[in-house]
Amino acid sequence: MAKVAMTVNGRKVSKECEDRTLLVHFLRDTLSLTGTHVGCDTSQCGACVVHMDGKAVKSCSMLAAQAAGSDILTIEGLAANGELHPVQAAFKANHGLQCGFCTPGMVMTAVDMINRYGAKLDEQTVRENLEGNICRCTGYHNIVKAILAAAEEMGAAGRQAAE
Amino acid sequence: MGVEGIGARVARKEDKRFLMGQGKYTDDMFVPGMRYAAFVRSPHAHAKIRSIDTSAAEEMPGVIGVLNGKQMLDDGIGNLICGWMIHSKDGSPMKMGAWRPLAHDTVRYVGDAVAVVVADTMGEARDGAEAVVVDYDVLPAVTDAVKALGTGQPQLHPEAPGNLIYDWEIGDGAATDAAIAAAAHVTEMKIVNNRLAPNPMEPRAALGIYDSAEDHYTCYTTSQNPHVARLVMSAFYNVAPENKLRVIAPDVGGGFGSKIYIYPEEIVCLWASKRTGVPVKWTSDRTEAFLTDAHGRDHVSTVKMAFDANNRVTALKVDTIANFGAYMSLFSSAVPTYLYATLLSGQYNFPAIHANVRAVYTNTVAVDAYRGAGRPEATYLLERTMETAARELGVSPAELRRINFIRSFPHQTPVIMNYDAGDYEASLEAAMAAADWAGFPARKAEAAGRGMKRGIGMSCYIEACGIAPSAAVGSLGAGVGLWESAEVRVNAVGTVEVLTGSHSHGQGHETTFAQLVADRFGVPLDSVSIVHGDTDKVQMGMGTYGSRSGAVGMSAVVKALDKVEAKAKKIAAHLMEADESDIVIENGALKVAGTDKSVPWFQMALAAYTAHNLPSGMEPGLKEGAFYDPANFTFPAGCYIAEVEIDPETGKTKIVQFVAADDFGNIINPMIVEGQVHGGIAQGIGQALLEGVHYDPETGQLLTASYMDYTMPRADDLPSFQVSHQVTPCPNNPLGIKGCGEAGAIGSPPALMNAITDAIGNNDLTMPATPQKVWAAARAATN
Repeated sequence: MAKVAMTVNGRKVSKECEDRTLLVHFLRDTLSLTGTHVGCDTSQCGACVVHMDGKAVKSCSMLAAQAAGSDILTIEGLAANGELHPVQAAFKANHGLQCGFCTPGMVMTAVDMINRYGAKLDEQTVRENLEGNICRCTGYHNIVKAILAAAEEMGAAGRQAAE
Repeated sequence: MGVEGIGARVARKEDKRFLMGQGKYTDDMFVPGMRYAAFVRSPHAHAKIRSIDTSAAEEMPGVIGVLNGKQMLDDGIGNLICGWMIHSKDGSPMKMGAWRPLAHDTVRYVGDAVAVVVADTMGEARDGAEAVVVDYDVLPAVTDAVKALGTGQPQLHPEAPGNLIYDWEIGDGAATDAAIAAAAHVTEMKIVNNRLAPNPMEPRAALGIYDSAEDHYTCYTTSQNPHVARLVMSAFYNVAPENKLRVIAPDVGGGFGSKIYIYPEEIVCLWASKRTGVPVKWTSDRTEAFLTDAHGRDHVSTVKMAFDANNRVTALKVDTIANFGAYMSLFSSAVPTYLYATLLSGQYNFPAIHANVRAVYTNTVAVDAYRGAGRPEATYLLERTMETAARELGVSPAELRRINFIRSFPHQTPVIMNYDAGDYEASLEAAMAAADWAGFPARKAEAAGRGMKRGIGMSCYIEACGIAPSAAVGSLGAGVGLWESAEVRVNAVGTVEVLTGSHSHGQGHETTFAQLVADRFGVPLDSVSIVHGDTDKVQMGMGTYGSRSGAVGMSAVVKALDKVEAKAKKIAAHLMEADESDIVIENGALKVAGTDKSVPWFQMALAAYTAHNLPSGMEPGLKEGAFYDPANFTFPAGCYIAEVEIDPETGKTKIVQFVAADDFGNIINPMIVEGQVHGGIAQGIGQALLEGVHYDPETGQLLTASYMDYTMPRADDLPSFQVSHQVTPCPNNPLGIKGCGEAGAIGSPPALMNAITDAIGNNDLTMPATPQKVWAAARAATN
């Protein structure tokens, strides 16, 4: 057993877990943050994407112990004061989700993508950057639309803030 | 339609919880005392079990129980069943071999479960499963259905000599043969429909909870039809009587057919919970899903399509061999028969059809319905053949289809179905206009200038949805009726709850079903809640598959709404001292037509529950239920066009454009319908270009058991899609709905294969058209 401490969604946590516990199971089973999902065993599907110190990572591909001391943001921590994050709102407005299972990973990947590219995103770039996230319901059509819409809105909001 | 009513593009009510990570899927359930199950699975495709030694596993840390199939047999747990009886053409019933939830004698595919370990943690359960020693006597295996029918092959079940489950036929063989003999031209093809793994992103899971004080079981499970699961687990598997078994399918992360069936794992979790005295949860990993979720398709067919001198089809003859895997899954027998051969008339006026279908056991996981279920196989066969015939006859593909289109309705086909409405020309024209078909030669020439091979292909599909009229399917062998139920509860404050036997696992029922209520009563969408997926809450229901929730499930809601409306009008008329025939419902109020008298909806509802002033003899309350049994199947149809560019150097196919023109009848929420089409097309493109299950033919090992080996369509494999709708309302249900869930997966594979073979000038190509195969076929055509 190992004692692992980290910050998750702004809260400091410190919990015992088996040494072999993956970060995704630490989040789901130990912290009851079940929004982060497991869709495959080979770090292909991206349902488990969270942010570690501001960057998207697949939480099925690392031990909880490797995340010790880091700052983790999960899907549960994205909306502020019950208001959907612009990416979440864009997924809803553009019907970018159906069964909802891949959605947390898609949203966290999209936020990371927009953080990296800003409003410069185009369709081809979005599609290439979604390579590590699999959706079986939407055919990606509306996910791509949602990410482009969110990028545009966040870019516009960023420009307004700067002015 | 209003902003929230029928036809409105309403954003989904259920989205917020999914977007915030607050969805509740089966694996998200944690209950006090819960332990974890891991299955010991056969590493062999075919073997006798000599012995199972659990002694080491029982001593492993955290392990609280190791259970096997003999114990299950001793406890009276029954065999898994197939619920649709098919008779062979000689009159004999299908030959169903025994399927035990835990094999105790023989294993028949890699992944067949033989024991289960229950332990404190998931890791300890898996460690325990590793420590179980099973001594196998390995037998020869066969994975290919055509081969399995041959002499000297391994035999799977003593009940099915020669591995033949049934040898079934439909249509007029003599008339078909005569027409072929007299034909001006006959197009002949061999058509292989590749085997697929459905792959909903949420792996299957089950949580069994036994309450010893009440002798009662609760099962959380990833099901498309929890009531059917309860019925089957009670009536056939002898887990518990229905009143002692609650089945809950909470949020379910996609199904595509694979979550219709009742699998061994949920039965084992319930049984193991009683045996061990703790709640038991099992969650599949992805490799387990590839190994044990029912696969789809896997047909090998030959086809002859006969034409007269005017290019009219005079007959169609089909011979199909369908791989059923090692056991007969719940609805497997219906897929290559009544969901396949009955659609072989397509959109066309064929005078004669004959189809023969042989269903075959092999040492692979069970095959059952996967998105489209039989109809993609029929459409692929027909539309590849139609395209090939057009090339052979020197007619344009559109013209050949137009010559043969059905143009008057109702239309009785030679294979049972009676098409009620449609306008196939409208979809064809819409698709060709959207794709700028006329401009294709110029685009092809431009691409050739860049060294690229450009091709275009179409597919005109039809499907039978809204399954199904209960008496009709009963006469064809179905073990259940395929009606649907609904209950509409108006609360005392006027809010509304709709209980439905349909189950949403991505389809957006919480929004679309609520739109029906908003449309009818003018109440806000937010005041309407949809309840589904729990046998303790919802009356009996048949679940969601076969694009039936709109045509059947919503029709039941409409029937219940009719009853609620009638009673509400009676109450309002009484309150306003008016004639009930003068009452109209508008904008959330009941009004006396032509006057300024009105009662708000909530006030009428309150009056129903205070019961202080109701019409004489009226019961208090406002709650009505209905069962709806459809009068016919529905017949969505459409035309899909794919345009591709192939790099002859690499064989890589790029989809330049993809057009879908669908007639789904009336539409409740176009945004959701378009989403269904997008997802279906992606799965169809996956079948055509990327996906394919492969077993090693000698050992029966599954070679495509992870996302490293099985190619799922990803965002950069696909284009954005152009989707449009043409509308001929379905005359057989109150909303005029046909259904939209499967069309994309049905219509797209042949369009794509027609486009690729057009581009490379070689028709000899099978799905998936991988770069390697396309490169080889393109070279064969030029050399």
